[in-house]
Amino acid sequence: MQAGIVSYGAYVPRYRITPKEIGRVWGSDGEAMGQGLNVHRKSVPSPDEDTITISTEALRMALVRGAIDPQTIGAIYVGSESHPYAVKPSATVVAQAVGATPNLTAADFEFACKAGTAAIQTCLGLVGAEMIRYGVAIGTDTSQGAPGDALEYSASAGGAAFVIGRERVICRVLRTLSYTTDTPDFWRREGQKYPSHGGRFTGEPAYFRHVTECAHQVMDASGTTAKDYRHVVFHQPNGKFPQRVGKQLGFSEAQMRYGLVTPFIGNTYSGAALIGLANVLDRAGPGERILMVGYGSGAGSDGFDLETTDEIAQYDRSFGKPVQWYLDQGQELTYAVYAKFRGKIHMGDD
Amino acid sequence: MRDVAILGVGQTKFGELWDRSFREIGIEAGLQALVDAKLSSADLDALFLGNMASGALIDQEHIAPLILDYAGLGRRHLPAVRVEGGGASGALALHQGYLAVASGLYDYVVVGGAEKLTDVPDATAAEITSSAADHEWEVVFGATLPGLWALIARRHMHDFGTTREQLAQVPVHDHAMGSKNPLAHFRNKLTLDQVLGAGAVAEPLGMLDCAPLSDGAAAVVLGPLEIARRHTDTPIRIAASHVACDTMALHHRKEITTLESTVFAAQRAFAHARRAPRDVKVAEVHDAYSISALVALEDLGFVEKGHAGPAFASGQFGPGGSVTVNPSGGLKAQGCPFGAVGVAQVVELVRQLRGEAKERQVAGADLALAHDVGGTGATSVVHLLERAA
Repeated sequence: MQAGIVSYGAYVPRYRITPKEIGRVWGSDGEAMGQGLNVHRKSVPSPDEDTITISTEALRMALVRGAIDPQTIGAIYVGSESHPYAVKPSATVVAQAVGATPNLTAADFEFACKAGTAAIQTCLGLVGAEMIRYGVAIGTDTSQGAPGDALEYSASAGGAAFVIGRERVICRVLRTLSYTTDTPDFWRREGQKYPSHGGRFTGEPAYFRHVTECAHQVMDASGTTAKDYRHVVFHQPNGKFPQRVGKQLGFSEAQMRYGLVTPFIGNTYSGAALIGLANVLDRAGPGERILMVGYGSGAGSDGFDLETTDEIAQYDRSFGKPVQWYLDQGQELTYAVYAKFRGKIHMGDD
Repeated sequence: MRDVAILGVGQTKFGELWDRSFREIGIEAGLQALVDAKLSSADLDALFLGNMASGALIDQEHIAPLILDYAGLGRRHLPAVRVEGGGASGALALHQGYLAVASGLYDYVVVGGAEKLTDVPDATAAEITSSAADHEWEVVFGATLPGLWALIARRHMHDFGTTREQLAQVPVHDHAMGSKNPLAHFRNKLTLDQVLGAGAVAEPLGMLDCAPLSDGAAAVVLGPLEIARRHTDTPIRIAASHVACDTMALHHRKEITTLESTVFAAQRAFAHARRAPRDVKVAEVHDAYSISALVALEDLGFVEKGHAGPAFASGQFGPGGSVTVNPSGGLKAQGCPFGAVGVAQVVELVRQLRGEAKERQVAGADLALAHDVGGTGATSVVHLLERAA
């Protein structure tokens, strides 16, 4: 049987900060900035949350919902650009925390914002080849923009976990393909605290080119057009880029509606497209076609042609919170508390 | 001194040319100009290249031989000279090329201007371009080019009653003109409300009062007028080429609402050509900021000091006015690749004088003026061009 999504879970930290509050501190018109980016609030992790804890939360939810024995997991890949350790995998900690150790393979992935979708592709290969029964692909980030930088208005935290298997598949993967080039639009060198970016260069030659090309190639290969899909999910570094690319590709507001979560929680980087997909799956019934196109700087896009199965009608979503809950709730922070939480306050000699 | 003619012109598109290198655009403009002049590179005697900051922007100095080399002329051992004068680098290179041909030392000279501003982050480019002001007495204390021009705008408003709305007319005009220019960085039209509503850069100047950071290159081929008809049916004579300088820092000027460098360069040019501002039908003036255009129109003698705001708003400098200003779209809409600007102004005016400007053609254009400024006016260059008899 074809490999597909068996279960999923998403988690977003509870704290929020508004662009207006960030702009207040830096003497910028944060409200206008937020409107321009179509980001109303962004999530902020607590001091004790990181890529590992968020990944673990999301995966626990997925395992309970899918009634999956952690010992049947053959692979865990955590995709992130904010792994807490440069050397020492996040994936092993997550595997131990959910009880999946020791008989599995595990590794960390990094491809800017698309490491999570790359992990899904890897799991599809292992599961499809029957090397493992279940593979877990996680996309999570707790990324930061440098204080005062444009990125600070959107860079947030959150993640989603997807269990890939052959049994009780709730969403089939009809096709996946990637579009990859060497395009240096956004980067963070070893040892640097905050990423650098090429300003307007991150737009046309980077995000738009890769997402558009990848979406076209998926649809051409599948013989589909925009109207064949009930939902579409794009990587969403802000709320504006996915809306624009969706419109260019011929998708309607209604098709984009549930896949777009960044306006309410900010850009969760490796988690962004995956939380959007989780929000779609939270609402989907059988037979709904979904196009998902991730994007990672540096640069590449992973495209997925997906379709929910009859199995999703029996899927038990009662454990944990739906994505919508995370989009609606949240406790707003002042910039001062946000700065403390994010380690932006110099504490002395450390 | 021999009379000097412009035999050919060439220009790349202006804008964010992320997929093209400095040398590529420099060569494209130069080769276009040579082809236009019906010359081959074998005929060339020298190259003068205007550029403001290649070292800081693309980590490459020594760019004049670089362009010659990659144009396939590395082993011809020609003279190649880079000329720098802030934002006036291109016009200054043209002045040098003009002198070289007029002196009789060289016959065929390519004058190019090229700049690649978008290969560095915007903030870095703003820092680098601000070095056209006085680093030690202005920039170190936080001044930027838009900040300094904003001081000029404030004083102009205070002394002459120039209004914010009158300033905003300049970018509206430029974008209307630029919408007809296929090489322009911006071809969208602007409304007064859009300009007035844009975020502030340095009050009273908003984002849409300021020219963009652009990449681009332009080139002209110069030769002696006496043999110009071998190359073109419509040689354009350089009727005057004059440069004037002023103090680097604004605070050393007697007044800041006048660029005396422009006043002197224009007076010398008009005297040299035995013409007057009223003879000029079409002009490309320096409009890096909306206030720059108003000050320029006064200092060039097109309108009395302090009256440019109302005159501009009344349409005196639009199509059908006494002099049509910036048919290319100016620095604001055609774009502002610093070193290329002064040459691109002349490329546009040559097309106007030849009658080849298509939708942008100014009727009856026979005498044209190009005006380029470095920094806040430490250098101004004025060229007068006319159709050769």
